[in-house]
Amino acid sequence: MYISIEKVSKAFTLKDKSTLTVLDKVDLYIKEGEFICLLGPSGCGKSTLLNLIAGFDTPSTGTIKIDGDTVTQPSIDRIVIFQNYGLLPWRNVIKNVELGLEAKKLKRKERRQIAEEYIQLVGLSDYKMHHPPQLSGGMQQRVALARALAVEPKILLMDEPFGALDAMTRMHMQDEIERIWQEKKKTIIFVTHDIEEAVFLADRIVIMTPSPGRVKTIIEVPLPRKRDRTSLDFLKIKDKVFAEFNLKPAETIEYYL
Amino acid sequence: MRSDAVMGKIVKVLKVISSLALFVAIWELIVLTGRYEPSLLPSPVKVLEGMGELVKDGTLITHFKVSLSRFITGYAMAVITGISLGLVLGYNKKVWEFVEPVVQLLRPVSPIAWFPFIVLWFGIGDVPAIIIIFIAGFFPTLLSTVSGVRKVDPVYLNVANNFGIRQPHLLFKIILPAAFPMIANGLHIALGTAWVFLVAGEMVGAQSGLGYLIIDSRNSLRSDLVLAGIIFIGISGLVLDRLIKLLEGYIERQWGVSDGRRN
Repeated sequence: MYISIEKVSKAFTLKDKSTLTVLDKVDLYIKEGEFICLLGPSGCGKSTLLNLIAGFDTPSTGTIKIDGDTVTQPSIDRIVIFQNYGLLPWRNVIKNVELGLEAKKLKRKERRQIAEEYIQLVGLSDYKMHHPPQLSGGMQQRVALARALAVEPKILLMDEPFGALDAMTRMHMQDEIERIWQEKKKTIIFVTHDIEEAVFLADRIVIMTPSPGRVKTIIEVPLPRKRDRTSLDFLKIKDKVFAEFNLKPAETIEYYL
Repeated sequence: MRSDAVMGKIVKVLKVISSLALFVAIWELIVLTGRYEPSLLPSPVKVLEGMGELVKDGTLITHFKVSLSRFITGYAMAVITGISLGLVLGYNKKVWEFVEPVVQLLRPVSPIAWFPFIVLWFGIGDVPAIIIIFIAGFFPTLLSTVSGVRKVDPVYLNVANNFGIRQPHLLFKIILPAAFPMIANGLHIALGTAWVFLVAGEMVGAQSGLGYLIIDSRNSLRSDLVLAGIIFIGISGLVLDRLIKLLEGYIERQWGVSDGRRN
């Protein structure tokens, strides 16, 4: 398996010395190039799991291996995209995209060229000299995406990336990330609490439940791309996910006289 | 829209002029009705003549140059040491916790209180005034840098970590710029404080400069020149303040702090 998460638990010690278990013996195996959505309500540990895969934090027990190597620290091979974008406001768009390339010790000209290429990929060529606060939320997230892709990571880790966007922009961004995923063949792990978003994007949806965070089930989404949000098959899978979260009214038999 | 803006500017200038005119008028009125000894309260006209005298015979520009060069030296030293120490101390939480009590103890002490030691250690001349300006400017710069560094949004550090940005790049590419709006604010405060203490420093330990000009005028019983000196100090302080405000505004725009334009 490309990414194997084996019996991973994470517990935090609170101020009163008690421990809070956020993740409890999570097992998850991910193939290279797969689009995985971690779906669940807040407190189910989905962001914690993402942070562990990123290497920002280490599991209390269990191991995370990527391509056979245990994750111990962050790496430029797997870039995290945050909900609040994490752009540097004092740098303009192109300089933000160049940030990751600077650590790669490329020549200035080369950096500029790669940055331009990825800014074009996300459709922001007209805005490359703008500073982040001058852009809308959707555009800022595109910049973050270009910055991540520019260093050619193998894995993208997205932490509710579209959570701060309005519904319409969010759907546009979903189309966009699907297009980029197909074009660049990345492995994507995408945290969300939006059921429709998960059904639209994921090859497999990992459904998590809170306190402590556990994987409840994994739902395959065998629909062809690009998916139609209103098709019957789409709605059937959505229905299945709703049922997993007990969000469907129980079927009661009514009698008529 | 444009003519509105122009009108606004004119109204603002008129307000400033009328405020100053009213102040001078009250002053003149007091002089006329009070029959004070002219050396106790010189009239505005007398002070204006004194100002003209100082400008004409070149005394003002000589003293002003001396003061400004001392100020720039002391302030630059304060800025450089304040920011570099602030970066290191802000980043190393443990070291800062250790150093902070001493800093908090020394900070409220007026730089003038150090004067006896300063003279013993550095003699007289330019150096004591420079040291006093340095002390006055150092603490605001240091404290604003430390708190600026400590308030850097952790998401920037995560991003830097993720992209493999290590020291010293982390300091110069991420931490310093992220903390800079707050540092700039500290520089502004430091400038005002340092200017206040420049004059004080020159009054006790120098033979030249704007502070000395005041002491010298007092010694020759020229209260009109004392007031003329005070007014010059006020004006130059104001000009310096405006200059650093422009710099601050530029930084805020560059950093996107004050730019509200969003689509």
